[in-house]
Amino acid sequence: MESIDKTLGYLRENGKKAFVAYITAGDPDLVKTVDIVETISHAGADIIELGVPFSDPLADGPTNQKASERALKKGCHLDGVLESVLEIRKRGIKKPIVLFSYMNPLFKFGFEKLSRRCREVGVNSILPVDLTPESFLEEEKVFKDFLEKDNISPVFLMSPTTKPSRWKLIEKETKGFVYYVSKTGTTGVTEKLSEGLLEKLKDVRKVVKKPLIVGFGLSKVDQVKTLSPYCDGIIVGSAIVREIEIAKNFKEARKNIYSLVYKLKNALV
Amino acid sequence: MNPDSRGFYGQYGGSYIPETLSGPIEEVKEAFEKFRDEKSFKSDLSYWQKEYVGRATPLTYAKRLSQFLGGPKIYLKREDLTHTGAHKINNTLGQILIAKRMRKTRIIAETGAGQHGVAVATVCALFGLNCTIYMGEDDTKRQRLNVYRMRLLGASVKSVDSGSKTLKDAINEAMRDWVTNVKDSYYLLGSALGPHPYPQMVTEFQSVIGQEVKDQILNKEGRLPDQLIACVGGGSNAIGLFHPFLEDKSVSLVGVEAGGLGIKENLHAARFEGGSVGIFQGTKTFILQDQFGQIKETKSISAGLDYAGIGPLHCFLKAEGRAQYTYATDKEAMNAFSLLSKMEGIIPAIESSHAIAYIIKEASNLSKDKIVVCNLSGRGDKDVETAIFYSNKEDIYN
Repeated sequence: MESIDKTLGYLRENGKKAFVAYITAGDPDLVKTVDIVETISHAGADIIELGVPFSDPLADGPTNQKASERALKKGCHLDGVLESVLEIRKRGIKKPIVLFSYMNPLFKFGFEKLSRRCREVGVNSILPVDLTPESFLEEEKVFKDFLEKDNISPVFLMSPTTKPSRWKLIEKETKGFVYYVSKTGTTGVTEKLSEGLLEKLKDVRKVVKKPLIVGFGLSKVDQVKTLSPYCDGIIVGSAIVREIEIAKNFKEARKNIYSLVYKLKNALV
Repeated sequence: MNPDSRGFYGQYGGSYIPETLSGPIEEVKEAFEKFRDEKSFKSDLSYWQKEYVGRATPLTYAKRLSQFLGGPKIYLKREDLTHTGAHKINNTLGQILIAKRMRKTRIIAETGAGQHGVAVATVCALFGLNCTIYMGEDDTKRQRLNVYRMRLLGASVKSVDSGSKTLKDAINEAMRDWVTNVKDSYYLLGSALGPHPYPQMVTEFQSVIGQEVKDQILNKEGRLPDQLIACVGGGSNAIGLFHPFLEDKSVSLVGVEAGGLGIKENLHAARFEGGSVGIFQGTKTFILQDQFGQIKETKSISAGLDYAGIGPLHCFLKAEGRAQYTYATDKEAMNAFSLLSKMEGIIPAIESSHAIAYIIKEASNLSKDKIVVCNLSGRGDKDVETAIFYSNKEDIYN
């Protein structure tokens, strides 16, 4: 399995940008999750982000919420997601994998066991959605210590409403890349890039030197083309999840996901 | 007591939020810290408390109930007599005065029983602010009278059909709205929970209940009460009553959770009975969750207590042994609902009936020279429909 640093470093050296693809694990079920990851990987995604289903995903819009509900109905939880990563690795997919999760499932699982299991199955990184770097350094320091011990990278979000005084802190605590939220609001497809986003990215860029990967709401070729020069990569989530939701059957879902990822990856310039 | 600088009461509380909320929360925190001690804020607050809410509310000696139960002297703190009929308005008034000073023009809120929603819609009408209330679809059905009241007051009520379709889902949806519309909108959270500074802020604005009780009981009895009793959903009416007495160690504090259809049956909302520590909706606290850390659906006849989490300060008080927590079942609460109505001519909210149920159960264990104060957090008009439905159902079962 490749590290995020290596993947991003290689892309940068070759003048390329990273494509991060998000899906909710367990939607429609865990076996199919492994298939979808394979499809996404073949289509050109550089990093895979797996959402851990949660009953109360308050940072997510309707598309990912419903995906979480479908996954939970199938009985998919963190333990199963970790097993599926093992399967993904068995299929020879070496791309970095990031777990996107709300804190409670992680907390309940236990940080020590979580960190160890991540290392064993081949998870590179964890993005704890509802944990700020401040809490990571203070109250949940034990989480940080275990991640460090097992060499699992934490990833933190930065958003348009993040105060500039906190940019450096986020950059310091996130490993691999900064996940920049491209809109105020929840995850979910939007028609247009939010107003002032490019200016914000320019400002952040002056301060933040780590790779800047931008996501939340992206689904269109022209959005990606416009954004591309201002960042080191993009994240596409809900648009992929939506393909799973609306496809007539699984074969069609895989086909449509392949073309979506392929199309957007190639829009990165 | 106040939380530490990071919003913790011991190991409970804090601020567990997505980065998208960090800016908005910080803004609220700064405003609260700036305005809470300002003279003009305090005088504004006390003006509206008196002239609009109708404070101070009476502390009524429930003579017939006390005699009937044959135990301690029972006093009722009459939050049911506030404008809008529940303690919720104490908090909405305080927060809207903050929101106004922040120059926000739109208020977002969640509601369970609808009492908080009505209190928010009311102060929004009073101050001319736009108002959007999120309410679980199931709750809109069992509290449709309150839905109508909110609309009458000019609020837009949005029914939430995700998840369990109750309070927790309404909170999720309100937070989603907030992160999307943070520029002009203020999130007016209704209980002593959520991320810091909400638990502290709500505690502060509700503490007027306990402060008044202290003055009133000293006037009437010349001494402090032996016990304070309140129902606990998120826990704002209870913390409002308890808070000014925390240092008075002779006063025992009892919080009553919703036992629903039974603890063993797993159909309840008693977080201290069936829950464990977790991280939920911005705070580290006791929650009802499964082995995977998914939030469980709760069950209670009272929409206002039907919530999977509890305010973090209650966890701390329990851990410290300062307060004790128990529960009353639907059945016990409904018995209390009708008993108080008949004995005192006061129809209590089903939420508050849980606290009355505790007194009914425990009165015989307390001597006649003891004094207990029960927070009658709201009036029961909104619950009449539920009561009719419940009594019919009971008849079928019998």
